[in-house]
Amino acid sequence: MRNPAFDEVWGEGGDTSSRPGFEALAAWIAETPPQEFDRRQQAAEAAFRQLGITFAVYGEDEAAERIIPFDIVPRIFSASEWKGLKIGLEQRVHAINAFLSDVYGERKIIADGIVPAELVLANPQFRPQVAGVRPPHDVYAHICGIDMVRTGPNDFFVLEDNARTPSGVSYMLENREAMIRLCPELFEMFPVEPVDDYTDLLLSTLRSVAPHGRGSEPVCVLLTPGHYNSAFYEHSFLADAMGIELVEAADLEVDDDIVWMRTIDGRVRVDVIYRRLDDDYIDPLVFKPDSMLGVPGLMAAYLRGTVTLANAPGTGIADDKAIYSYMPEIVRYYTGSDAKLPNVETWRCREPQALKYTLEHLDELVVKLVDGSGGYGMLVGPTASSAEIEAFRAALKAEPHRYIAQPTLALSTVPTLTEKGVAPRHVDFRPFCLSGADGVKIVPGGLTRVALREGSLVVNSSQGGGTKDSLILADRPRRRGAGPEPLRVGAD
Amino acid sequence: MLSRTASSLYWLGRYIERAEFTARLIEATIRLDLLSARPAGEGAWESALAVVSAEDSFWFTGESISPDSVSRYLALSQQNASSIRSCLDAARSNAKSVRTALTREAWEAINRAWLGVRDCKVSDGTPAALAMIEKLKAEARGFEGALHRMLRNEASFFVRLGAAIERADNTARLIDVKYHLLLPEGEKVGGPIDRDQWTTILHTVSAVTAYRWLYREGLRPGHVVDLLVLRHEMPRSIAASADEVVQNLNAIGRRLGRQGEADRIARVRQLMINRSTVNGIIAGGLHEFLQAFISDNARLDQAIAQQFRFQ
Repeated sequence: MRNPAFDEVWGEGGDTSSRPGFEALAAWIAETPPQEFDRRQQAAEAAFRQLGITFAVYGEDEAAERIIPFDIVPRIFSASEWKGLKIGLEQRVHAINAFLSDVYGERKIIADGIVPAELVLANPQFRPQVAGVRPPHDVYAHICGIDMVRTGPNDFFVLEDNARTPSGVSYMLENREAMIRLCPELFEMFPVEPVDDYTDLLLSTLRSVAPHGRGSEPVCVLLTPGHYNSAFYEHSFLADAMGIELVEAADLEVDDDIVWMRTIDGRVRVDVIYRRLDDDYIDPLVFKPDSMLGVPGLMAAYLRGTVTLANAPGTGIADDKAIYSYMPEIVRYYTGSDAKLPNVETWRCREPQALKYTLEHLDELVVKLVDGSGGYGMLVGPTASSAEIEAFRAALKAEPHRYIAQPTLALSTVPTLTEKGVAPRHVDFRPFCLSGADGVKIVPGGLTRVALREGSLVVNSSQGGGTKDSLILADRPRRRGAGPEPLRVGAD
Repeated sequence: MLSRTASSLYWLGRYIERAEFTARLIEATIRLDLLSARPAGEGAWESALAVVSAEDSFWFTGESISPDSVSRYLALSQQNASSIRSCLDAARSNAKSVRTALTREAWEAINRAWLGVRDCKVSDGTPAALAMIEKLKAEARGFEGALHRMLRNEASFFVRLGAAIERADNTARLIDVKYHLLLPEGEKVGGPIDRDQWTTILHTVSAVTAYRWLYREGLRPGHVVDLLVLRHEMPRSIAASADEVVQNLNAIGRRLGRQGEADRIARVRQLMINRSTVNGIIAGGLHEFLQAFISDNARLDQAIAQQFRFQ
């Protein structure tokens, strides 16, 4: 079957000619011998395994730690493509923070009838416990991962906002390290923007939002659920790169509404917690009482303003899939202009008209649980069996408010190393946006996830997806004039 | 350093040491069993269980005592919290949670040992058990080597502290087993069986050659006690382990700028050992001396946990 989707390198013309500006990459792909690609791919995966860049798959044996497959053929964004994305991302993240500040404050957006009250107030992600609390500098979503897809030369859509505890940034950094070592010629050919200052930016973002009056050297820590968590590698990687302590709940104690960590040298006061633990687990006194992962009293300290939590409790309301469908209105409401990054068209099944449309077009649509993640609890209509479709029909009729539906998009493809040589595979893209006291910062890069199975649109790592490096080209000349010529060693 | 990190490193040191000791114990017991006339050989396996205080827990498995069943229980049983396999599980789990405090070599040595034992199904017969033990001893040596290439900071001091506390306990238990291991009726003290039993103890701590270097008069229990309790130059002796505990506590104390109860207990203990003589120990009862030392060691372990806020 001919690839009907837009390809990031070959454009819409199949694999005969490349998009303008991507000739060099096309030539590199065409001229690198397949065995050489295989060799480099294997070297990358061996390095990842040795470093222990692993994730655990829930439901599998504890010892079954997998590495996420890494693809050696990178995805490339031109300088102007990235510029447009960056402006759109800044706008969106700004709106997300304004929205959170409003729904936990005055709730003007509800009073003005833009977003239905029950969708916010009765939402399982809404946290009434933090209503009326203003975090330092009004920042709620300090770290946001915005999932984007592309369907054509100028058609980027936001698929999902991840405002709770988005992961994957360690892969952005490690993939780049692997590429520099294994494909140095690409960096000679292209002026690539660096991503390696991400952890410095993250630390300065965390420090900038410390509670007021905590001095110039606030103590920041990263709170992990522990080494059984699927993202533990990322937690230890980030803590290490920032030079901050990687703590588990048992390392923290709250005394008189102040958070301390237990060290061999006594107690050390903690000012900022980058928590990689969901709201439900952070404090058993306020949320799940049976959680062993949480710190009793943490929320009381947060409410007193003696500690900053990043991301703030309650940010989940902004990445809820039902709220997502209102994001164009939310962006317009808080920024006064139209969203520069559009949403994917979305039917809210809670609305009778949308439900009717969805039920009639199940075989064309992607249907998702509003609170699902990781590719679980979703129906991909065009590839589903009739039994799966009927099961979803029944579930939709029973609890329509739990679902949204979207058209099946022709996600763009990127040439990818497969068993049968280089072939197009569908991708998405997750850039990471940091919000601190001095605004939004985004390193030029992100995580490109790739569906390794032919034709598949599911890119989640838990569903067998892989990752690629994402090269953002700088608006400056190449460092050296290597050009599209294949590298020649020892030539005159 | 986080208290949890320190605790994990300390226990990592203890578990690796315990795994290696158990491996040596099985090896020495196999030797004793093969060399001795019945029934002393069979008694060797009971005494091996006694050394690690596992007689009761083994009894609960319902198996009868045989070379295979006991060596399997000591090496691979997941019901036995002190089996080599359980120790390596715990060591690896600790290492993983403090990955960034260890060097890559140290982590890889632990991970490799863990993978090696995890894949052992059952130690089928003596040759398989011996092969596994050889491998494990090599991995433990590799880990010690990697440890010596780590920065000389708290991380390495805590691992070594744990190892030294564990080693002191193991050596004391090992010597004490002579008390439990009664000579078969009719055998006399100093006879061939008695001598085999003492030799086995020396084998367990790789001290046979050292013994010959130091003592020229053949095997005498008093000399074995001297070597394994009082000789500072013998790496696994009680005296050397007690010295090492003091040194590592000192090193940590210097970096933190203060010392505490654990330092005091450790120094008093060191002094007490330095003042002891073999004749004095034997006159007062070797068993009583060792039992007192073992509970003292446990008290020191508690004091360390408290001083560095392990809980």
